[in-house]
Amino acid sequence: MEVILMIMFFTSFWVAVGKFGPILVTKGPHDDLVRCIFLLTAVVCWLFWLCCYLAQLNPLLGPKLNGHTIRIIAKSWGNPIKDG
Amino acid sequence: MGSLFRSEEMALCQLFLQSEAAYACVSELGELGLVQFRDLNPDVNAFQRKFVNEVRRCDEMERKLRYLEKEIKKDGIPMLDTGESPEAPQPREMIDLEATFEKLENELREVNQNAEALKRNFLELTELKHILRKTQVFFDESVPTVYKSSGAYSSSKYRRYPQMADNQNEDEQAQLLGEEGVRASQPGQNLKLGFVAGVILRERLPAFERMLWRACRGNVFLRQAMIETPLEDPTNGDQVHKSVFIIFFQGDQLKTRVKKICEGFRATLYPCPEAPADRREMAMGVMTRIEDLNTVLGQTQDHRHRVLVAAAKNLKNWFVKVRKIKAIYHTLNLFNLDVTQKCLIAECWVPLLDFETIQLALRRGTERSGSSVPPILNRMQTFENPPTYNRTNKFTKAFQALIDAYGVASYREMNPAPYTIITFPFLFAVMFGDLGHGAIMALFGLWMIRKEKGLAAQKTDNEIWNIFFGGRYIIFLMGVFSMYTGLIYNDIFSKSLNIFGSHWHMSYNKSTVMENKFLQLSPKVDYEGAPYPFGMDPIWQVAGANKIIFHNAYKMKISIIFGVIHMIFGVVMSWHNHTYFRNRISLIYEFIPQLIFLLLLFFYMVLLMFIKWIKFAATNEKPYSEACAPSILITFIDMVLFNTPKPPPDHCETYMFFGQHFIQVLFVLVAVGCIPVMLLAKPLLIMQARKQANEEVQPIAGATSDAETGGVSNGGSHGGGGGHEEEEELSEIFIHQSIHTIEYVLGSVSHTASYLRLWALSLAHAQLAEVLWTMVLSIGLKQEGPVGGIVLTCVFAFWAILTVGILVLMEGLSAFLHTLRLHWVEFQSKFYKGQGYAFQPFSFDAIIENGAAAAEE
Repeated sequence: MEVILMIMFFTSFWVAVGKFGPILVTKGPHDDLVRCIFLLTAVVCWLFWLCCYLAQLNPLLGPKLNGHTIRIIAKSWGNPIKDG
Repeated sequence: MGSLFRSEEMALCQLFLQSEAAYACVSELGELGLVQFRDLNPDVNAFQRKFVNEVRRCDEMERKLRYLEKEIKKDGIPMLDTGESPEAPQPREMIDLEATFEKLENELREVNQNAEALKRNFLELTELKHILRKTQVFFDESVPTVYKSSGAYSSSKYRRYPQMADNQNEDEQAQLLGEEGVRASQPGQNLKLGFVAGVILRERLPAFERMLWRACRGNVFLRQAMIETPLEDPTNGDQVHKSVFIIFFQGDQLKTRVKKICEGFRATLYPCPEAPADRREMAMGVMTRIEDLNTVLGQTQDHRHRVLVAAAKNLKNWFVKVRKIKAIYHTLNLFNLDVTQKCLIAECWVPLLDFETIQLALRRGTERSGSSVPPILNRMQTFENPPTYNRTNKFTKAFQALIDAYGVASYREMNPAPYTIITFPFLFAVMFGDLGHGAIMALFGLWMIRKEKGLAAQKTDNEIWNIFFGGRYIIFLMGVFSMYTGLIYNDIFSKSLNIFGSHWHMSYNKSTVMENKFLQLSPKVDYEGAPYPFGMDPIWQVAGANKIIFHNAYKMKISIIFGVIHMIFGVVMSWHNHTYFRNRISLIYEFIPQLIFLLLLFFYMVLLMFIKWIKFAATNEKPYSEACAPSILITFIDMVLFNTPKPPPDHCETYMFFGQHFIQVLFVLVAVGCIPVMLLAKPLLIMQARKQANEEVQPIAGATSDAETGGVSNGGSHGGGGGHEEEEELSEIFIHQSIHTIEYVLGSVSHTASYLRLWALSLAHAQLAEVLWTMVLSIGLKQEGPVGGIVLTCVFAFWAILTVGILVLMEGLSAFLHTLRLHWVEFQSKFYKGQGYAFQPFSFDAIIENGAAAAEE
C-alpha cells in the first residue's frame, strides 16, 4: 500500500511539474521550447526516481555490514541491538 | 519568431538598389544583421572590383588607427570604451575622418621624431657628463704617476696595471716607457701621450679590451669605469648599461688604430680637453645644456600626451566607424552592376519571417540617402540548398554550439538542440551524480549567470575562461541535475544522508554481533517491505562488503534503460523528419522496421528488468523467491541465439511469465525479419518507380513520383550545387542502403553496450570520491586535541583542492566528453544528417567583434 501511494505521489508530482511548470515562466517567444524543457525534465527525473525505487522494492540481497558499523548504527539510528 | 526545433525557412532574394542609395541601404542591413549576401562576381579578382579604392582607403585608415592605438597603449593611457556602436558614417564623412587621422598621425610622428632627436642629444650629453666626471679621476691619479715615474725609474710601479703587462714583457715595457719618462723629465719637453675617451656598451668591454691589447701589442693603456645608472636607448627605449673608458697611447699610428677599433666596437668617442680647467668649463657647459634639454623634452612629452589623450577618447568609436565603412564597401563589391550603371543588383539569403523587417530597413536607408526610387526586394526560385539558420538566445546558444560542432543541420531538419538542453545535463549527471560536487558546479554556473553582464563586458583572451563562460548555462544545468542524481544515489562527497530513516532494521542480538566480523541483513526479516522513499537507502553506503555489488546491478540496469529510451527517442525523431519531408517510402520501410527492431529486442530487455524488479522478492515463495531470479543478460543472449536455457534450480521456473518462450521466439523472428525490409524495400521500390516512369510516354520532369523524391532527397543529394540533382545510380542506392542497414543493426547492439559508460563513469566517480574521503579527509578527522585541529585544517585544504581539481574539474570534463559522445554518436546517428551549412548574415556586430579579436592577437 505504502509503495503504491509513494509511486502515485511522485508520479503526480512530476506530472504536475511537466504540465504546470511552464506557467512559472513568463510568456515569451519560446513557449514551446519551455514546454519541451519542462516535459523532458519531468520525464527523466521521474523515471530516474522510479528506477531507484523499484530496484530497492524487492531486495534480493541484504546489505553486509561490518561489526563496527552495526554498533554505530544501533546507537545513532535508534535501532538498539537485542540482548542475548 | 521561429522556433528552435527546425531551422528557419529561408528565401533567396534579388535586391535592386539605386547606386546612390546602395551605401545607406547596406549600412542599415548591416545594423540589422539578417541578410547573407552572395558573391555575384566570384571570378573577378579582388583588385578589379568596383570599390577597391574605398576598401584600400579604409585599410589605410585602419592602419593609422592601429598606429595610434599602439602609441596610446605605450603610454598607458586608458581608452574610453562606451560599448555603444555609432552608425556607419556617410561616405562624404570618410574624407573628414581621413583628414583627421592623417593630421593626428603626422603630428604624432613629428613629435616622436623630435622626441627621439632630443633624447639622442640628451644621451650624448649625459655620456659626456659621465666621461668628464670619470676621467677626472683617471687624470688625477695617472698624471702624477707619470711624472713620478720619471724620477723613480722603477718598473715596479707598472705592476699596478696587470692588464697591461704580463711577466714576460714587463721589462721591455718598463724600458719603453722609461725612456719616455726620461725624456719627459727634461724641462720643456712634455710627455707626448695621446688619449681618447668614450663610452661603450658594458657587455662589449671585455672583447674590446682584448682586441685593443692584441692590435696594439700592448702599447696602449686602457682604464674604464662603469656608469652606474642605466641609460635609455632613444631608438627603442630600452635601458642599457654602459661604461666609460679612456685609452692612452703614443703616436699617430696607434691613434688611428685605436680609433678604428673604437669604431668597430660602436663605442662613441667624445672630445675631452687635456687641460683640467677646460674640462671643468666643459662640464659646466654640459650641465646647463642638459637642463635646457630636460625642459624641452618635458614639453615635448606633454604635447604628445595631450594629443594621445584627445585621441584615446574617440579611438574605439573611430575603429567602429572605419570597420563599418570597410564592411559596407566590401559588401558592395559583391554586387553586380546593372547595364545602365544606375542600379546595383544583389542576391541574398533572407529568413522568410524577417522579410518585413528587412524591407523596413531598406526603406529607412533610402530615406536617409534622399533617393526617390525605392529598392526592390524580389523572391527568387532556386534549387539550391538554403543555409541553416537557428535563431538562438544566450541560453540556447551554447547547446546549439554543441550540436553544430558535430555538423550543421541540413536545411529544415529536426534540430536536436532543444532536447539536448535537458538530456545533455541529465546524462552528464547520471555519471557525475554527487550532491556535493553538483552543488559546487551549480554554484559556479549560477555565479557566472548572475554576474553575466559584468563578466561579458571585461573581454579576456583567456581561452579556458571563455569556454567556461560561454557554457555557463550548461554548467549550471549540469550542476543542478547532478544534485538531483546525487540525491537519488544518496551520495554527498561519498557519504549518505539519512533523511527519512533507513528502511532496514537489525534483528541480531548482541552475541551474534560480537562474534561475527561481517553480518548480512536478511531481506526477509530486516527489511520493512517498502523502500526508502527517495533515492538509495543510506544503509547501502555503509555496507562496505557488498555495496558495490548492489550498486553495479542497479546502475547497469538504469544505464541500459536510459540508453534504450534515448535511442528510441532518436528513432522517433527520424519519424518527424520523414513526415516533414513527405518521405513516405522512408517512413514505412525505414522508420517502422527500425523502431520494431529496437522495441522488440532492446526495449523488451528493459521490460524484463522491470518485471524482475517487481516479481522476484526474498519474501516470495518459490518460484518467485530471490534464489530463482534469472539473469536478464543471460536470458537475452539465450533469446537472441535461440539457446535452450540452463535448467533452473529446484522448484524454480525457467521463464518469468507465462508464454515468455513463445513471445521471445516471435520477437526475434520479427526483428530479424525487419532487417531485409530495411535493406531491400526502399531500393526495390525506387527501381520499380523508375521503370514505370520510363514506360510512360511523356516523361515530365516536374512530376516526380513519391518514390523518386524519397530516393533523391535521401541519398547524399546535399552537394550544394545549383540546378536539379542528377538521379542517383541504382547501384549506389543499393550500396548506400546496405551500409545504412548494417550500421543500424550493428549499431543497435554496440550503442546499447555503449550506454554502459553511464554506469562505468558513475562507479568510477563514486569510488574516487570515497578513496579521497578515506585516504585523505578521514586521516584529519581521526586526529585529536588542539594539534588535531591544525592537522584537520591542513588536511581539509588538501582534500578540498583535490575534490575541486580532480573530482569536479577532471571528472567533470571526462563525463562531459562521454555525454557529448553519447549525444553525437548514439543519439544523433538515429536521425541527424548534419549536412547543411550555417547562415552567416552580414552583421556589423559580428564584424566588429571579429575585428577587435583579430587586432588583439
